[in-house]
Amino acid sequence: MSVYAYVVSVWLLLVGAFGIVRSRNLIHAVLCLSVSQSGTYVLLLAIGYQRGASPPVFGEPATKPTFRVVDPVVQAMTLTDVVVSATVTALLLALAVQIHKRNGTLDPDELRNLQG
Amino acid sequence: MSRRARLMLFLAGGGGLCALLLLGVADLPPFGGSFHPYRTHAVAAAVSHATSNVVSSVNFDQRGLDTLGEESILLASVIGAATLLRPAKDETERAALGGGRTLESTRFLGYLMMPVTLVIGFDVIAHGHVTPGGGFQGGVVVGTGIHLLYVAGNYPALQRARPLRAFEWGEAIGAGAFACVGLAGIAVAGAFLADMIPTGTFGQLFSGGTVPLLNGAVGVEVASGTAVLLAKFLEQAIMIRPGPGRGRR
Repeated sequence: MSVYAYVVSVWLLLVGAFGIVRSRNLIHAVLCLSVSQSGTYVLLLAIGYQRGASPPVFGEPATKPTFRVVDPVVQAMTLTDVVVSATVTALLLALAVQIHKRNGTLDPDELRNLQG
Repeated sequence: MSRRARLMLFLAGGGGLCALLLLGVADLPPFGGSFHPYRTHAVAAAVSHATSNVVSSVNFDQRGLDTLGEESILLASVIGAATLLRPAKDETERAALGGGRTLESTRFLGYLMMPVTLVIGFDVIAHGHVTPGGGFQGGVVVGTGIHLLYVAGNYPALQRARPLRAFEWGEAIGAGAFACVGLAGIAVAGAFLADMIPTGTFGQLFSGGTVPLLNGAVGVEVASGTAVLLAKFLEQAIMIRPGPGRGRR
């Protein structure tokens, strides 16, 4: 049970990659990449989690600073990860728009020939 | 490569990767345990700089250089997407039509929620060093909040409320301001992104040293970047018509 959350992250990574391999539509492939990336969020947050600990945000006078909080470093990394994932998704979707304009299809199997 | 062969190759490779990852996670510290050495150091560093949101402190103070890289990625990908979504030579832009069919209730909620959403977004940016939130989160709220005008069915009003030029500038200014705060750190305290202004009182609005400044810079950049991205995708869908001879191969 203690590795359950980690196994979920492995599952997300692999099932996303599986979706990309089987994809028949580039937009579907981009979304599968997002699924794959969310495996890293689960892994990072699971590593930083501590049972019964509070969030790493304090505020006088409500909560005094304490060390009994979940790891803020991995949370900050997850934030970075989410931002990068969102921007990469936007860029890839823009590419998909252009590919559809040029070739009239979004099926990666029909995009065989390299074009100059 | 046929689809079948590709699938077989993936099953072999993915199976191997799965086995290695499972071996790897089996030796990680147990889930939910109390062994977090980074946490201990990060919390101590955040409290010493009077930043009550430790995540913001990690992002903008302790690992500020990483965040500079991150927002450069953001800037680069917004520029890339905007470049890709330009109208091609033989495409024509047509004026967007107003109106369209929108439910009265949708329109009402769109107009009602837009100012509320914008205020929440600015609040999340301004208090990013004190309460959960920050420039990235608040920026996305502001950037998307403007587009409630589109949900309300009024694209021309959205175009007026969202001068694209200003947002393109905002994107660059936000990214530049982050770097300038870093350079000011060199000038004043002798290190890039050094905390060079008084840290203030823990838990108050004026606290955290440079963290709120950097939060604001990132907030401007993310809000502008989101608005530019959404604007380009919307233009693509609404205003740009394919030229003759486009479409099917």
